[in-house]
Amino acid sequence: MNAPSTLMEKDRTAPVKERLVVIGNGMAGCRAVEEILARDSARFDVTIFGAEPRVNYNRIMLSPVLAGEKAFEDIVINGDDWYADNAITLVSGDPIVSIDRATQTVVAKSGRVEPYDRLLIATGSDPFIIPVPGKDLAGVVTFRDLDDVDKMLAAAEKGGPDGPGRAVVIGGGLLGLEAAHGLSLRGMKVTVVHLMPTLMERQLDEAAGYLLKTELERRGQTIVTGGDTAEIVGKDGHVSAVRLKDGRTFDADIVVMAVGIRPGTTLAKSAGLDVERGIVVDDHMVTSDPAIMAVGECVQHRGACYGLVAPLWDMCRSLADAACDAPSGYEGSVTSTKLKVSGIDLFSAGDFSGGDGAEDIVMRDAARGIYKRVVVKDNKLVGAVLYGDTADGNWYFDLLKKGEDVSDIREALIFGQAFASGGALLDPNAAVAALSDDAEICGCNGVSKGKVIGTINAGACSLDAVRSTCKASASCGSCTGLVESLLALTLGGEVQSGPKTMCKCTSFSHDDVRRLIGEKNLKAIPQVMQELHWTTPDGCSSCRPALNYYLLCAWPGEYEDDQKSRFVNERLHANIQKDGTYSVVPRMWGGLTNPKELRAIADVVEKYNAPMVKVTGGQRLDIFGIKKEDLPAVWADLNAAGMVSGHAYGKSLRTVKTCVGSEWCRFGTQDSTGLGVKLERMTWGSWMPHKFKIAVSGCPRNCAEATIKDFGVVCVDSGYELHVGGNGGIKVRATDLLCKVATEAEAMDVCAAFIQLYREQAHYLERTAPWIERVGLDHVKAGLFDDAESVKRLAARFRYSQTFMQDDPWAERVAGKDADLHQHLAEVRPLSFTEFAA
Amino acid sequence: MIGDWLDIGPVDQITSGTARTLPVVGAEEIAVFRTQKNEFYALVNKCPHKQGPLSQGIVHGNVVTCPLHNWNISLKTGEALGDDEGCVPVIPMKVDAGRMYLLRSAVVGKQAA
Repeated sequence: MNAPSTLMEKDRTAPVKERLVVIGNGMAGCRAVEEILARDSARFDVTIFGAEPRVNYNRIMLSPVLAGEKAFEDIVINGDDWYADNAITLVSGDPIVSIDRATQTVVAKSGRVEPYDRLLIATGSDPFIIPVPGKDLAGVVTFRDLDDVDKMLAAAEKGGPDGPGRAVVIGGGLLGLEAAHGLSLRGMKVTVVHLMPTLMERQLDEAAGYLLKTELERRGQTIVTGGDTAEIVGKDGHVSAVRLKDGRTFDADIVVMAVGIRPGTTLAKSAGLDVERGIVVDDHMVTSDPAIMAVGECVQHRGACYGLVAPLWDMCRSLADAACDAPSGYEGSVTSTKLKVSGIDLFSAGDFSGGDGAEDIVMRDAARGIYKRVVVKDNKLVGAVLYGDTADGNWYFDLLKKGEDVSDIREALIFGQAFASGGALLDPNAAVAALSDDAEICGCNGVSKGKVIGTINAGACSLDAVRSTCKASASCGSCTGLVESLLALTLGGEVQSGPKTMCKCTSFSHDDVRRLIGEKNLKAIPQVMQELHWTTPDGCSSCRPALNYYLLCAWPGEYEDDQKSRFVNERLHANIQKDGTYSVVPRMWGGLTNPKELRAIADVVEKYNAPMVKVTGGQRLDIFGIKKEDLPAVWADLNAAGMVSGHAYGKSLRTVKTCVGSEWCRFGTQDSTGLGVKLERMTWGSWMPHKFKIAVSGCPRNCAEATIKDFGVVCVDSGYELHVGGNGGIKVRATDLLCKVATEAEAMDVCAAFIQLYREQAHYLERTAPWIERVGLDHVKAGLFDDAESVKRLAARFRYSQTFMQDDPWAERVAGKDADLHQHLAEVRPLSFTEFAA
Repeated sequence: MIGDWLDIGPVDQITSGTARTLPVVGAEEIAVFRTQKNEFYALVNKCPHKQGPLSQGIVHGNVVTCPLHNWNISLKTGEALGDDEGCVPVIPMKVDAGRMYLLRSAVVGKQAA
């Protein structure tokens, strides 16, 4: 025994360092030492005893190791060099078996005796083994340390008697499901037996539990809820099956017991310390013996025991503060949970059991498997469950921990930070900027926002550097986006510039948004804004009309046009003029008209005192000076004469200009007027990225000016030349020749296909001319002709979409639709002008 | 006796995210806005730029974009936002028990005084 001599040495050489002995080389013990060293590295001589024969590793990352997503080296927190650099004596593989408080020594299994001035117990927790027959059979394992993982991997490798091995996991909590997932990925057939009706019932409500169960079953696991284990059946001393009390039996080559954990209190209890469920500690993590501290899952603080990692960090900070004579005091932790099963996003925090005065705010999207629920009580967020989309987990957790009043953002709360924070957030990084310095960024390693920023300021200017310096995002990686945002925020101008964004409300480009609408099956403007993290509450006057068009184009017949997102002209189906009145242009198919139409127009002009009528450049008549209140009546009169909207106001097919063609003209080669009318009948009413003009000329003299239109047909003796991308506006551009076809039917098909390609690919407010200049004529030709079926397919999509579009919007308004848009709210006649009408 | 506030009817007359108009005999027409968040604002229905009817603009947040030249006008203050300069009068408004009220003196303006 060398204890006496050590004590004598201490007496001889003063001042000496205090001897700190740590029982437990796990996350809590080592973190406490790190915290102490950070405050005062010269104060203690540190000796750490660990039961496992290895250095300190991140226990919560065992699941990814089991799943094959990480190697052991990836989850080491502190390697050999850390112990050496800090002059820490590590005694691994030699657990402490007793504490002698009288002599202030500890005794290890090997007989080694170590004296201490301060002792830290960090013995963690032990897996709970349900007391059923067969619990001691070979092949029954827990899921606590690397040895357990090795046993599971061996079982997976060995396989079953006839094919893949079969695993039964008892316990459908966090740990059990992670084990099940890992074993499943390792090729085993997995059954999860859970006592309660809902998986992870401590973290999830019924709805989220159901979604989780469905997803796990889809992945091939068998999930048995409400399953009470009666017996683990053995054969030749090895596990062979699990039998439930209801008689059901599941074959098993390995059984993982993951029903829960218990604080590891055996040592403390036999040393005579106060122990209830856990080792009782005060706010400075000191036990009933002032020389002995305890931290982690083995303790009970203010009546609570914790089985999650986050409280550890808080405890260790308070412990180190006290041990270094700057006591702060631990006040308990609010915990949150994330399930580490790849591809399943699940977050839970706080209390969601409901109860008096608690209000639920729920959002579901069954199609995409998203469920979000936040619980508000006394204007404060008290709980949150997120399934499928956990991006806002940190934000909710921060609100919850701070207990901030959320009444101002209550309505938007469920949509997450970007929505709830409204216009204050002008870019996506602002969401992160808005987090407080002590907000947790990396839950795996307990790194706060302030620490990440400090690390970046200290020179870590890449993700890798941050990972290797402060360990944020170095474990499960779910906070990588947050760390990247912090890098961007802290380093400012260093951020590389990507493609131009759609508008200031989003970081996505037009192409990204269109692609994601399809990929993510987005079908409404608020949904797009939510899913794509719009930074403004309801967009702006440039993204709203664009999104409305993109959705209309992507989901014909399904998407409901949003009038609020239309420019006034498209909302009122007329062209606003500088004095706030409107002009009205009825359609004249191919530029043809007749006495009845002309009379009706003449009557309207007189009846409504229209100050001007003008022949337009698109071969029709424009009636000016109509008030918005009179529009429906004007349209009714025009409808009565058989005329419909000319869409002169829309990002849509405007006119089809024609010449008289072979029917009258001595040079005409084909019936250009007839083809023009057919083209207009086919294309009218379709919404497009921008306005779209067509013309058909009956011969190469080109009287209809087809070569400055979006789509132009020039008839020749042998058929039809089809031209695209012309523009007679600000920047004149002659068309490119797209192709030549022999028949009217082919010309119609190519026209429909070209329009559809333009509809599907151009950016909103991009005419065909700049679109073709941007993507190149070859791209357009390839899209149409590389595959023999492309024209047919595109044309079919266009014609399908047109089946929903060719109802005259004027007639709908005449019939009373959206009447509000045309009527005043009321009229005010002040008393001084007239008698007040009550 | 007529109160200080002019009752202009129930809130459900205006769809959220839109505006409606209220002509006033002898004074400027008023645009009454209801935002997507169901806040209510009233402005003179004239853009400070070229007198465009703000009631016909796209409403986003508490901003309306004029339909004529895309000026953005704050519904709260009536001020043009961004680089543009100008201001349109705001009519004090309140909502009580599902009805909208405008401050009478602001509605009739100086002409009626």
